[in-house]
Amino acid sequence: MKNNRRTFIKIAGLAAAGLAVAPKATLASGGHSPVKVNKDSAHAKRWAMVIDTTKINTDEDFAPLIKACHSIHNVPDIPGNQNVKWIWTAPYEQAFPEQLNPHLDDTVKERRYALLCNHCDEPPCVRVCPTKATFKRPDGIVAMDYHRCIGCRYCMAGCPYGSRSFNWGEPREHLDLEALNPEFPTRMRGVVEKCNFCVERLAVGKMPACVDASNGAIVFGDLNDPDSSVRQVLRERFTIRRKPTAGTEPSVYYII
Amino acid sequence: MKMQYGAAIVAGLVVFFALLLSPFVVGKAKTYKQPELKLPVGEKQCIESTEFMRREHMQLLNDWRDWALRDGKRTYINHAGKEITISLQNTCMKCHNNKAEFCDKCHDDAGVSPYCWDCHIQPEGLK
Repeated sequence: MKNNRRTFIKIAGLAAAGLAVAPKATLASGGHSPVKVNKDSAHAKRWAMVIDTTKINTDEDFAPLIKACHSIHNVPDIPGNQNVKWIWTAPYEQAFPEQLNPHLDDTVKERRYALLCNHCDEPPCVRVCPTKATFKRPDGIVAMDYHRCIGCRYCMAGCPYGSRSFNWGEPREHLDLEALNPEFPTRMRGVVEKCNFCVERLAVGKMPACVDASNGAIVFGDLNDPDSSVRQVLRERFTIRRKPTAGTEPSVYYII
Repeated sequence: MKMQYGAAIVAGLVVFFALLLSPFVVGKAKTYKQPELKLPVGEKQCIESTEFMRREHMQLLNDWRDWALRDGKRTYINHAGKEITISLQNTCMKCHNNKAEFCDKCHDDAGVSPYCWDCHIQPEGLK
């Protein structure tokens, strides 16, 4: 009897130790690991974009880029001041208000500049979002989960670049329902939206739509990789970013 | 002791219970029949077993949404070890290409109205 109790405690102790050592997953689901990253997806530690404004700087230049972006993401074209925009253009004094001087070169001043979500290192929109609908991915992309957006518009107030649009009305009323991209959803009324650096295209190994449409005027790549095309351009050319004093560290660079 | 307004109260109770129990009497003739779904023509096997999909599809779709969007993991490995791209529009609806005859039949029957289609585009296209 005494002996039995001893062996029982010994075995119980061994079993407990074994449970502590065994990986939790094998106990829970029999080793079934249900998800992984797409095998042909593009990877980076920090995605960044460089726009060469010497090559591409008029509204006509940007029209095909904007069309490519807005058509694949089903972005509606709403007349008036409730328009939804993922990528749009502005003159120098609106794009770079802190870097303006009265005797700036006229060619620089007269160019149009493509503006989009800057996918900041320190995104204020992520900090203020109460539902975590806006979040920063490990690869630096500031993404949105429309399922969780409650339309409070704190992110719009937080963003110093005006990169976010609110769907005041039903966006499908302003879309050509025959020409929708069936691969990508539309949005519903009452959510905020913005450029997503084409995460859904990066996931299948494609470059963002505007980059593909730009004929090399926009470079896209990994900022953390010293040999990447982006870093090479940043080494060779003079670039500026929007509103440096906001301290948000944008990942969209402009060659001037 | 005599009941005040006894006749009226009893009559009222009889009417009340008759109404309360009427659904059991009226509805007895009909037996519940599960809606008949239009299954995909070309495909035999869904991404998981039929029982799993019937019981867990809402949970699975909820997990898929978070895995794809928030974790950036867009490949699902099913219990048989097969890899499937996570996407409602591009995976589910490519086989189940008739929302009205597949999704809506059960959802209408069960009285649930998920808001997937406020954003996602149904395979029939939008009108």
